[in-house]
Amino acid sequence: MTLRALLLVATALFSVGIYGLVTRRQAVALLLAIEVMANAANLVFVAFARYGGAPGHPLVLFALAITVAEVAVGLALVLLLYRRHGDTLLELASEAKG
Amino acid sequence: MSVELGFGALALLLVGFPALRVVTSRDLVRAVLWLAVTLLGTAVLYALLSAPFLAGVQVLTYVGGVVTLMVFGVMVTRKHTGATVAIAGTNRIRGAVAALAFFGVVASAILRTDLSALASVDTPSTQDLAFALLDRYLLAFEVASVLLLAAIVSAVVLARRRDPSPEPAGPAGSEALGEGSSP
Repeated sequence: MTLRALLLVATALFSVGIYGLVTRRQAVALLLAIEVMANAANLVFVAFARYGGAPGHPLVLFALAITVAEVAVGLALVLLLYRRHGDTLLELASEAKG
Repeated sequence: MSVELGFGALALLLVGFPALRVVTSRDLVRAVLWLAVTLLGTAVLYALLSAPFLAGVQVLTYVGGVVTLMVFGVMVTRKHTGATVAIAGTNRIRGAVAALAFFGVVASAILRTDLSALASVDTPSTQDLAFALLDRYLLAFEVASVLLLAAIVSAVVLARRRDPSPEPAGPAGSEALGEGSSP
């Protein structure tokens, strides 16, 4: 049974995403790490749809739409950050609060 | 057991190693391309899990759409002075501790859970998926379309160019979001 192996691989993928989220400072690199983590979650959905018959496939499609929307808005924010400061380091966005 | 080990090794090779390169690569463009490799490997895993439609959608939207968008984002925001976009890495130890702690907790939970009750079942066909989307999940489907519309509008509003040159760090304020901001 390969479900356990799949779950472990998805966990490893999510951990890699956490590592990227903590270590990176560029906004685009953070978006990449978030993509990796979302991918891990989708892999778990598909794995449980194959083993156990959970309705995972529609959820994966919705998660895909949400991820695409997130990337579009995130890249627009990155572009705005670059236009204001000439760089995309995330600590430059500290003025975004409030 | 050996099948499980072999499948795990294949999956790690397909997605684990490229994902590691995504978060450790010094060059931002290479990181984006490694992300494309990761997503393609995930599509292969979907196909192996008998979800061919999802594999196709993954290749079309992720590798075709998201990665292209990311490449554009990197290209537009990269500094034109240097050849590569160096990625400043800090807190490596903290990141490794956080990732390993998460992996340890979740992996021990997975290894202790009895998964033998979950047998391999037939996955829904593409036709079943279409019926599910347009019948049972119709409301969520429509909400997703509204979300995509909102994302398009907000991305256009945010990224619309108002001043010709990138401004140096100015005082914090909301003038960039207001109309008629002077460069």
